[in-house]
Amino acid sequence: MAELLSVKNLNVYYGSIHAIKNVSFHVDEGEIVTLIGANGAGKTTTMHAISGLLKPSSGEIDYCGHVISKMEPHKIVRLGLAQVPEGRRVFSGLTVQQNLQMGAYTRKDGKEAIQNDYDMVFDLLPRLKERRNQPAGTLSGGEQQMLAVGRALMCKPKILLLDEPSMGLSPLLVKEIFKIIRDINRNGVTVLLVEQNAKMALDIANRAYVLETGSIKMEGEATELANNIEVRKAYLGCE
Amino acid sequence: MQFLSYLINGISLGSVYALIALGYTMVYGIAKMLNFAHGDVIMIGSYVIFFAFSTFGMNPILSVILAMIVCTILGVTIERLAYRPLREAPSLAVLITAIGVSYLLQQVAQLLWSSNPKNFKSVVSLSPVTLFDGQLIISAETIVTIAVCIIIMIALTAFINHTSTGHAMLAVSEDRGAAQLMGINVNATISLTFAIGSALAAVAGALMCSSYPTLMPTTGSMPGIKAFVAAVFGGIGSIPGAFLGGILLGIIENLSKAYISTQLSDAIVFLVLIVVLIVKPTGLLGKKVNVKV
Repeated sequence: MAELLSVKNLNVYYGSIHAIKNVSFHVDEGEIVTLIGANGAGKTTTMHAISGLLKPSSGEIDYCGHVISKMEPHKIVRLGLAQVPEGRRVFSGLTVQQNLQMGAYTRKDGKEAIQNDYDMVFDLLPRLKERRNQPAGTLSGGEQQMLAVGRALMCKPKILLLDEPSMGLSPLLVKEIFKIIRDINRNGVTVLLVEQNAKMALDIANRAYVLETGSIKMEGEATELANNIEVRKAYLGCE
Repeated sequence: MQFLSYLINGISLGSVYALIALGYTMVYGIAKMLNFAHGDVIMIGSYVIFFAFSTFGMNPILSVILAMIVCTILGVTIERLAYRPLREAPSLAVLITAIGVSYLLQQVAQLLWSSNPKNFKSVVSLSPVTLFDGQLIISAETIVTIAVCIIIMIALTAFINHTSTGHAMLAVSEDRGAAQLMGINVNATISLTFAIGSALAAVAGALMCSSYPTLMPTTGSMPGIKAFVAAVFGGIGSIPGAFLGGILLGIIENLSKAYISTQLSDAIVFLVLIVVLIVKPTGLLGKKVNVKV
């Protein structure tokens, strides 16, 4: 399968802190790839470097035939790379509907196509439809997460980056979110998933990378890693 | 009747403050900075009108439009050259830069047009309105100022709440990073904010100098500071807050001039601000900033 996103020898510094050290990985079209690791391993930093919110000090990020590592974030979004940020970050003063509109901000493919995608999002996330005229700040944590996902889908991404979508959610909602991610992928969207919940992430992913203190420690098929003794000990809580 | 006249003049003065306060509050909401050079943009706009209208005899409305264009270009240029390079810098550095820009504009105006006051000719050429058998006379400037302020308030609110560009501005003011992830160009949004604020400053300058016709290089600084007070008073970052704060400030100032003391009126204005901030630190309509983790 064709390579959609590829990160090569990425280095990111926060001041003098070397947060990401020579990280390389790739995501093929149609895959779910997960990046797992503990707090502070550099998962979110990697995501921000891909979406352009952080500028890498060296290395290259290629997406769909473009070098995006020096591009401004709003231009990267226009290429069909959307990110659901950590902590949801919905616009709490705007309504659910307006948040979704913001997701479609860059689209120029006509009202009809956008309307179809509203229907698609409301189909996938029916609870948003009930609350479409409510300010996003009044939604529960789970609903806000759904909204953040729906909002990202509204920009019609080829690849969706999800940063800790399960954070702060009840086990039931976590299951629901992961089911939604799988559905999104079945609809043809490639997924790069960053998670602390390694078990769930490895469950739905095709391939996985283990990030530890800023570098990739392991990589492989998700099922393989789920059975790896080290991974089981460190991330799945098995003895 | 006396009281009514003071009140209406206060609302008119407050409308000018409100228009200026909008520039402060929108820039603060979206770029998270206090643009202390905003008052001096008003002064530049007023000089443009003065020369276009009084010296070259241009149509008054065209002169105001010309001033709006000049101020828009000026505001966007200031942002581009002075503030944008400091986007990631500590807010104190930006604040000091803004004060520097303010002095720069005043000094340039002094060099170009000297510090001698110019007699600004009112851009409003309508006759005053007489009510209650001549007991209440309201100048045309007062009425036009209030009307313009109301129209701008309605237009701006509609723009912010009902257009996708307006929503993008709200999104940037709430969460710049998340807005970028939606594909919103933050720099363009900030430029637009400066453009709108500066165009409104030109209108404010025209209205203010029509009622208070002394024009000097320092003309913009005191109204600028008071409008900043009005913005804080109403809740900085809030557009309805800027209007409410501006108009209340104008009324308080005018009534205290009339009934308490002309010299103390500014002190009273600031005293009211202090009391409001003690009781409600976010200002009248300011929202509490919720930091969710």
